Amino acid sequence: MAQQDNSPPDCDLAAIVARHGGDSHNLVQILRCVQERCGTLPARAIDELARRLGLPRVRVEAAASFYHFFHAESHGAYEVLFCDNIIDEFHGRAELMQYFCERLWLEVGKVSEDGLVYVNTTSDIGLADQAPAALINGYLVPSLDKARIDLIAEMVRQRRPLAQWPSLLFDVADNVRQPGPLLADGYTPGEALHAALALGPEGVLEELARADLRGRGGAGFRTALKWSSCRRAPGGAHYVVCNADEGEPGTFKDRVLLQRHADLVFDGMTLCAHVIGARQGFLYLRGEYRHLLEHLEAVLARRRAQGLLGRGIMGRAGFDFDIAIHLGAGAYICGEESALIESLEGKPGKPRNRPPYPNTEGYRGQPTVVNNVETFACAARIALLGGEWFVGLGTGQSTGTKLLSVSGDCKRPGIYEYPFGVPVRQVLHDCGAADAQAVQVGGPSGTLVSWREFDRRIAFEDVPGAGAFMVFSRERDMFEVARNFSHFFARESCGFCTPCRVGTSLLRQTMDKLAAGKGSAYDMDIMKQLMHILKTMSHCGLGHTAANPIVEAMADFPEAFERRLKALDFEPAFDLDGALQTARLITGRDDAWAHIVAAAECDDRGACALPPSSDSP
Amino acid sequence: MTQTFLLDGREVPFRDGQTIMEAAAAAGVYIPHLCHHPEFKPHGSCKLCTVDIDGRRGAACTNRAVAGVRVQSETAELNADRLTLVQMLFVEGNHICPSCEKSGNCQLQAVAYRLGMTTPHFSHFYPLRDVDASHPDVLLERNRCILCELCVRASRDADGKNVFAVGGRGIRARLIVNAASGRLADTDLAADDRAVQVCPTGALLRKRQGFAVPIGRRLFDLQPIDAVGPGQESGGEG
Ligand SMILES: Cc1cc2nc3c(=O)[nH]c(=O)nc-3n(C[C@H](O)[C@H](O)[C@H](O)COP(=O)(O)O)c2cc1C
Ligand code: SF4
Ligand code: SF4
Ligand code: FES
Repeated sequence: MAQQDNSPPDCDLAAIVARHGGDSHNLVQILRCVQERCGTLPARAIDELARRLGLPRVRVEAAASFYHFFHAESHGAYEVLFCDNIIDEFHGRAELMQYFCERLWLEVGKVSEDGLVYVNTTSDIGLADQAPAALINGYLVPSLDKARIDLIAEMVRQRRPLAQWPSLLFDVADNVRQPGPLLADGYTPGEALHAALALGPEGVLEELARADLRGRGGAGFRTALKWSSCRRAPGGAHYVVCNADEGEPGTFKDRVLLQRHADLVFDGMTLCAHVIGARQGFLYLRGEYRHLLEHLEAVLARRRAQGLLGRGIMGRAGFDFDIAIHLGAGAYICGEESALIESLEGKPGKPRNRPPYPNTEGYRGQPTVVNNVETFACAARIALLGGEWFVGLGTGQSTGTKLLSVSGDCKRPGIYEYPFGVPVRQVLHDCGAADAQAVQVGGPSGTLVSWREFDRRIAFEDVPGAGAFMVFSRERDMFEVARNFSHFFARESCGFCTPCRVGTSLLRQTMDKLAAGKGSAYDMDIMKQLMHILKTMSHCGLGHTAANPIVEAMADFPEAFERRLKALDFEPAFDLDGALQTARLITGRDDAWAHIVAAAECDDRGACALPPSSDSP
Repeated sequence: MTQTFLLDGREVPFRDGQTIMEAAAAAGVYIPHLCHHPEFKPHGSCKLCTVDIDGRRGAACTNRAVAGVRVQSETAELNADRLTLVQMLFVEGNHICPSCEKSGNCQLQAVAYRLGMTTPHFSHFYPLRDVDASHPDVLLERNRCILCELCVRASRDADGKNVFAVGGRGIRARLIVNAASGRLADTDLAADDRAVQVCPTGALLRKRQGFAVPIGRRLFDLQPIDAVGPGQESGGEG
């Protein structure tokens, strides 16, 4: 077909498969490469990949249809995805997107008639401090306003390749507002690794245990325990995985760590390899951070040249370790460690049954450490400065410092590093949020902290989380915050288990019903019931927490919900009278008999006040 | 020495590596389930078999039995929550029990009866789903598919064919088949594949067998699902 002729010159499937070693474990990477170079993943590409990789076709199609950023139909030369996290929504995403559509005669979710542009929304892209933002052909475009939209529209109209667009459009700021010991400058690549080699594997584990380092990805699992159990676990190979999926809306500190402190993170991974005896590591980088790829590959290449990666690291015979970068393809669930491993193995990112946990059976069934980016950075600092130093910071159960990704209604959004235990109120003060009514800490799956609780502290024992800190001022509608999060979870549910697959959609549907002014107290009960089912029966953390933001908003801001209730008992989602509208238009009628009588006009025996018969035709 | 755990107060023996579901079945105790079948690798997706294990909930089909633990299954609370799950499955698809050929042999319907379902409780989604009638001997009715992946496992592990997989994600997940055309006729599925037999609902049906056994005399018309032995629940298709 014509499509074959139109394929870009480097869209050579054989070459792409060969570059990935012809290994079906790399299927997601291969699909990403094909998508990026060929623009689409059409049926014939799926066929050919299945043949070349020796996989059943359904397996390739299952992976290709799972990830948001893969698509069988062309999205034209420009794919523009506006981020629809609540911060972007409150900063005018909808108006800007509409403005863009009007400028170029576009319809959301469809390729333009000339096959040039595709516009849609996407989940949080890690730029909440620079909202509203978008992803254009996979690259981050921060701080959108009308002027920037005009510029983008002009570039599109001139059909300029992305490489020729003004680079200022893609300038992602680091916005480090308050650095601390983790973000300190002046780190020499290999420093921590050198210290770790002097300590030896057991010595490193002792320092990590002394430091009482807990995972920064959200759950707070003790790192020393994870590493030592992985070290002990029998297996043909051990693996180190750095979780840089950072999909939690409102979080962006891993982006900044990787941009500014990649060596610290890679040193952390490499000293982990030394401890557990791994020869291969992976950085699972979310697809949205595609712009970091070349920078990170260059750091890895430099480290190889410096003897900090590869064979005989730092002159130690037998210390062989290397790191490969895997890019995600748009899937929040791939931040869950077992889904991440499935994705690394080339499959749809669906969480595994646990136990077994990754530290005994992870990548390719082998013992695998999965840690957050910040955790590896902390581990490197601890190897260098000692556990004693680390316990000196923070609180009893939360040692060290925490990076907060601050966004929303404040004067100075960005990255703040605090010792654990900092009160919410202090962060609000430092970032210039004078008028806050609530903060969502840890993202939608975290905790809603209302103005009544601003003295609570950021710590595992009080308000935990991966560090998202989204500020909402008094003028914001907390119902809309909760509704936005319900859409997020419904879109991001992997669909594996019944409670979450159906439950998140039911929650979204119910929140939309309330938003449309058709809610009743009955719907509030339905949501409470769904929360119980999600929390106690879901397969993974996504489902467990998916109802939290709604339930917490209901508890903290009941008036935001009650305002929307039409009746206090039951109100059908289906508008019977509205459904007759088409028929009324066709027949040209709008008399009383052409309407369904509202229940309110009926008495409790079911007799209804019908219009006088003279009105009947 | 045999190890045991407590299931609803009754001592149940188990062998090393057995799941709670397997040990319960061996002891003749029924735990509601849909995605489980004793012949196939546990999947753990429907969550109907959720039990209380020492105060923490987990799926009986994927959690290994552990000596001495207390497992609760037949509690009013668990059955109420299982009922909610079944209602969620009903509104997610398009189910037309009274006119479905699987009626009476359908595990979804039978487990709904056992849990006392009288209404769907939630608003129907009325999804648009494709029916695939291309295959000469088998009908794929996606409106009735509950994504249990039994056919996926059976085709892969028993038939050695990989005819099925679940594609897409979230609420848009759907059963896909191993053909570029997307049509069942272009796969190597055969009418007597295990994949066709294990489907717990009316999503995979053999053609030209319609109403061979009249409604009223089918498997679950004659006995409730908890009285049918493990692995026999899909017998009606046979
Ligand atoms: C739905 C979901 C999404 C997650 N996303 C991330 C993520 O983006 N980054 C991350 O480090 N951990 C994420 N986690 C937590 C990981 O499963 C895992 O606990 C973590 O990577 C372990 O690293 P740590 O001990 O260093 O925190 C997520 C968990 C769930 C349930
Ligand atoms: S809880 Fe949600 S995200 Fe997790 S396995 Fe179930 S469907 Fe997938
Ligand atoms: S077709 Fe049947 S066996 Fe296959 S996933 Fe659907 S319900 Fe399960
Ligand atoms: S039977 Fe256990 S989850 Fe489906």
